[in-house]
Amino acid sequence: MSGKNTEVEQPLIDAKGLRTDGRKLDELRPIRLEVGNLSRADGSAYIEHGRNKIVAAVYGPRELHPRHLAQSDQALLRVNYRMATFSVSDRKRPAPSRREHEISMVLRQALEPMLFLKMYPRAAIDVFIQVLEADGGSRCASATVAALALADAGIPMRGLVAGCASGKIDGKIAMDMNDIEDKIGEADVPVVMCPERGEITLLQMDGKLTQKELAKILQMSEDGIHRIHEMQKAVLLEKYAQIRKEIGEVPEEEAEVLAAQKPEIEKDEAEKPKATKKRTKPVKAEKKEDETKPAKKEKKTKKKTESESS
Amino acid sequence: MSLHFEQQDIVVPGQLLAEGDYRHGDGAFKEHEKVFAAVIGLVKMKGKTIYVVPLQGQYIPKARDIVIGKIIEITLNGWLVDIQSPYPAMLPVMHALSRRDATRAKENLRRWYDIGETVVAEIIAADRTRDPLITTRGRGLGKIRGGVLMKITPTRVPRLIGRKGSMINMLKSELQTDIVVGQNGVVWLKGNPDRVAIAMDAIRQIEREAHTGGLTDRIRETISEKLSESKGEKE
Repeated sequence: MSGKNTEVEQPLIDAKGLRTDGRKLDELRPIRLEVGNLSRADGSAYIEHGRNKIVAAVYGPRELHPRHLAQSDQALLRVNYRMATFSVSDRKRPAPSRREHEISMVLRQALEPMLFLKMYPRAAIDVFIQVLEADGGSRCASATVAALALADAGIPMRGLVAGCASGKIDGKIAMDMNDIEDKIGEADVPVVMCPERGEITLLQMDGKLTQKELAKILQMSEDGIHRIHEMQKAVLLEKYAQIRKEIGEVPEEEAEVLAAQKPEIEKDEAEKPKATKKRTKPVKAEKKEDETKPAKKEKKTKKKTESESS
Repeated sequence: MSLHFEQQDIVVPGQLLAEGDYRHGDGAFKEHEKVFAAVIGLVKMKGKTIYVVPLQGQYIPKARDIVIGKIIEITLNGWLVDIQSPYPAMLPVMHALSRRDATRAKENLRRWYDIGETVVAEIIAADRTRDPLITTRGRGLGKIRGGVLMKITPTRVPRLIGRKGSMINMLKSELQTDIVVGQNGVVWLKGNPDRVAIAMDAIRQIEREAHTGGLTDRIRETISEKLSESKGEKE
């Protein structure tokens, strides 16, 4: 993401108005999602977003080691974003790079406000994100898979986040930047948000944009994120719908049967509601802080657009 | 006031369940007069309270639960037990041995429970601030000898037990096997090896199909099929 060329040698948009990979300006790259693909993890997911291929594994809530990191009032969320040595065309050196550390951190901050960490004091929730093949917008795709893996692990969340990086190429605003567009385009803006709540949890910017352009880009990313979010929901439900189908069950009939069959679960649950109530309040306050943290560049523009969008 | 689901629907985190005068139970949360799902699971409503019964998740200790755990450490005044949860359980000598044994126990706790051994225990106390406290004094509690252990997703244990134990009692009687189910998802089985194998397959199937209906009958059928098969082989 370094060295933006304002002078374009290679056109990113052709005469027909199509991009290097044949997409229109407001089109997403093809996305494929899988859930529960790792048997040994508590939750897992896989994404192919353009040429990005990323696996996410979630472990926990589990015992926290080393113990001195434990927080007595909430769980510790640890996010580890790593790129495989073969994920880019020039072999990536295997040691964790500065970039990987940064992305791990911003992704942690992007996921944290969505979780009810207060439910698991002293414990740890570990998220491992492994990039097998990298394309543009890998941090956004990582947020999308990580959210899925967390949901698959059964960790209580306020909502699913999804990511999309839109930007400016050849003077035009384009959705979901790929690798070349990201590198030689004029600007790109990775956004991670929870579309149902309209909350942005990650916002970064590389390049120069006017306020109007940024607002337009945000609008466009939000649009893309909504589409990705629909796919996320569908793939989570798929996992269980598949088993229902195998048995040849009609969901409506089954509802009645189950309703009559499982009252003992309700009894188990009846004691807990108090605890959940307490937890929602303190975490809410925290969220606002977190929203402002991830964005580092262009603070002035950021604040304005954030208030517009939320 | 409006509802956005049918009973037993599978919902995903963040999904809007209801607006207006409803309360949230476990697995759901309420914000701005709206109830949302917090986990992936089956929605249910009882009165005005909306629950989501989770399909995935770790075991969180709760007082009076029966669990099966493994001794992992011997401390000065008892044992530490791994109960497949984020928090290790403490088993003090006081709650493990009779008073007479407890006075002698100072010498060598390994005489009662050694590291690596498995115990059935009941949770006495569990709260947010401390590790859970367990006891092995009581009917059906204590060290396990022989048999087979298996692990299932703890959120699906209620399904394995069934309404008032219907599922587990069916398994036990049909297969004449001893089965102890820990709320933490650890299951202990003892009996004829062939029948234990059938029981384990059945438990795996219950775990996989926990969110579907008519399960007890379906399991009963598979078991009787397998039983007649194994009889046929012997003759």
